[in-house]
Amino acid sequence: MPGEPIPSSTARQYSVFLMIMRRLRAPLILLIAIIALSVLGLTLAAGPVVDGETTYLSFFHAFYFISYTATTIGFGEIPYEFSNQQRLWVLFCIYMSAIGWAYTLGTVFTLLADRNLQQAIAVVRFSRAVRRIAEPFYLVCGYGETGRLICQALDRRGFRVVVVESNETHASEVDFYSYTTDVPTLTADAHNPDTLQHAGLTHRNCVGVIALTDSDAANLAISITARLLAPRLPTLARAATRETAANMAAFGTTHIINPFEKFGHTLALALHAPAAWQLLNLLTGLPGSTIERLREPPRGNWILCGHGRFGRLMINALDTEAIPVTIIDRQPQNDIHHRWVQSDATNPTALEAAGIDDAAGLVACTSSDIDNLSIAVTARELNKNLFVILRQNHYANRALFHAFDSDITVVPSKIIAHECLAVLSTPLLAPFLAVIRDRDEEWCTRMLDRLTRRMGWTVPEIWSERINLSHAPALYRHLMRGETITIDQLLHSHANRYEYIGCEVLYMARDSDDPLVIPAANTPIRPGDELLLAGRPGARNKFDLNISNEHALSYILTGDDLRESWLWNVLVRQWKRHTTRTSPEP
Amino acid sequence: MNFEKVIFGFFILLAATLNFGFFVGAIDDPAHHDIYELFAALVVSLVATMLKFGDRTQIGAIHLATSLVADLQLLAAALVWGYAAHISGNDPLTAAQTARVVSLSGGAFFANAVSVTILIAETIMQRR
Repeated sequence: MPGEPIPSSTARQYSVFLMIMRRLRAPLILLIAIIALSVLGLTLAAGPVVDGETTYLSFFHAFYFISYTATTIGFGEIPYEFSNQQRLWVLFCIYMSAIGWAYTLGTVFTLLADRNLQQAIAVVRFSRAVRRIAEPFYLVCGYGETGRLICQALDRRGFRVVVVESNETHASEVDFYSYTTDVPTLTADAHNPDTLQHAGLTHRNCVGVIALTDSDAANLAISITARLLAPRLPTLARAATRETAANMAAFGTTHIINPFEKFGHTLALALHAPAAWQLLNLLTGLPGSTIERLREPPRGNWILCGHGRFGRLMINALDTEAIPVTIIDRQPQNDIHHRWVQSDATNPTALEAAGIDDAAGLVACTSSDIDNLSIAVTARELNKNLFVILRQNHYANRALFHAFDSDITVVPSKIIAHECLAVLSTPLLAPFLAVIRDRDEEWCTRMLDRLTRRMGWTVPEIWSERINLSHAPALYRHLMRGETITIDQLLHSHANRYEYIGCEVLYMARDSDDPLVIPAANTPIRPGDELLLAGRPGARNKFDLNISNEHALSYILTGDDLRESWLWNVLVRQWKRHTTRTSPEP
Repeated sequence: MNFEKVIFGFFILLAATLNFGFFVGAIDDPAHHDIYELFAALVVSLVATMLKFGDRTQIGAIHLATSLVADLQLLAAALVWGYAAHISGNDPLTAAQTARVVSLSGGAFFANAVSVTILIAETIMQRR
């Protein structure tokens, strides 16, 4: 037996229509029967006697009369005043038709209020809206805190977004935020492959799938569906546990984000190599935002409150740096390698018992935001110099966390959002960050100095650029003519070629060679190279113009302005020949 | 026995028989063609159409199409009759007008015949 064809959205549209027709079948038949009976009766009823002959209504007149009577318009009795026999029948007709209409309208309104039908219509509308998207778009599953941050950032970057969210309250929040473009939203379970197809998984303009639902099972299902139905699409998925992450990796999910593990690595890096950590913060922050030079996490005794999933990862990070940790948790001790205080961490005595007076750092990572804040406030009162890492579970509590001046606030939704955006917009960033992690302190310090001197402590815009015909047509043509163009040349301003546009090449990937980290200024560019750049806001546009516009490029390379028209070119050439003949160059 | 199937078959067959009853006879003789029969054929045909709504199978779609054709033809016949009888004012109809009405109903009869054929074919195919 052949497999059942996947219902397209036209088929779905058709089936909604059929569903309406099926439900309206009974009232429509009743209406036809009532009108037919009324018309028939009216033609049979004896009318008034005119010219000595009993008149009867013809079908034409009867149908005319019933039409305006049944619809309560009522024009009067035609073609003659009715006989009493006819009036008796019309009396019946009026009541019958009233019942018929009441029944029909009742059915129609019940149908319109039907949740199934509303859902079916919503699906049809949604898939039509998705089908008509003509620009590249991302499919975001799960519109929670993280989903919202990502959708807003993608929208700002000019990408379209399609949202699938199972929670109706969350889905309706799409309407409250004013997106620049329309965001088609479907309230449905993303588990279902059909739903993902309606949401444009196989659409030719879909450029990526982002699975951010609360449930690991759903994220896994989305990854698998995307892998099987749209194998070429990059898929980003959030995973709360290692097992899910491993499962996703086995299915070839492009990027798996576990926010806690991610932060665990970051903390380990901060303890191990503060300069690398500062550099990482600068490069992965939200573009345009200013970050302060962060206090580096001190070595010494640390206290950790809340031995949960996040807490365990933090302990791992501290352990690798051989930093002693005291754990405060309500649960009895289940970790024999560390000092354990079984108590409520919000209680000052518990903190004192854990040695808050001479502690260097505190990690408040219970699953309650209020508890975390309460712990942090109490601890700071007991020890002014304490380095505090706070876990913020809900983005909505940001005002509270902002008011408390912690050293690091870990917001899982923000970590995921930043990571997603970095991966999506700049694929080269991940290898570059990996390089930073491997380099020594000295290199990172120098790098940090260099970047902050050029761009200050504002998070630079990071972007990748591939040197090919479609992205850099002017530069590509120059290179194909065999010209040697160095990186330094391209970084000049097309307004004044003696000025720089304020951006740096951080990383250079080549097809046939090893990638270059911070390539030297005189490195020649080859066609097909991919560059990772960091620059001040606005630098990106200038750089784009440099490599794509022939006039801008030839100006920064030679200092000559190209003429637009052929006629002007000829005139200038003539004039040049003339001037060189009369006054030879010195 | 499925009562719904009985109703369904009844209306399809009745639409065809009434249509045939109106159509049969000398094509231009108004005495052979009773207007009440045309009315009944039209009403039953409309009801049959409603019954066919909402069937998503291939055969259901053809059923619906034949019924829509029959409705259209019968409606056209009724309109021609209404025009001839009331706007041209010939009651009873002239031979030419009668022929027009009857030939339109003949077309509807063909559609109804197709409908009945499908009904029979469907029943035979099910072998139950």
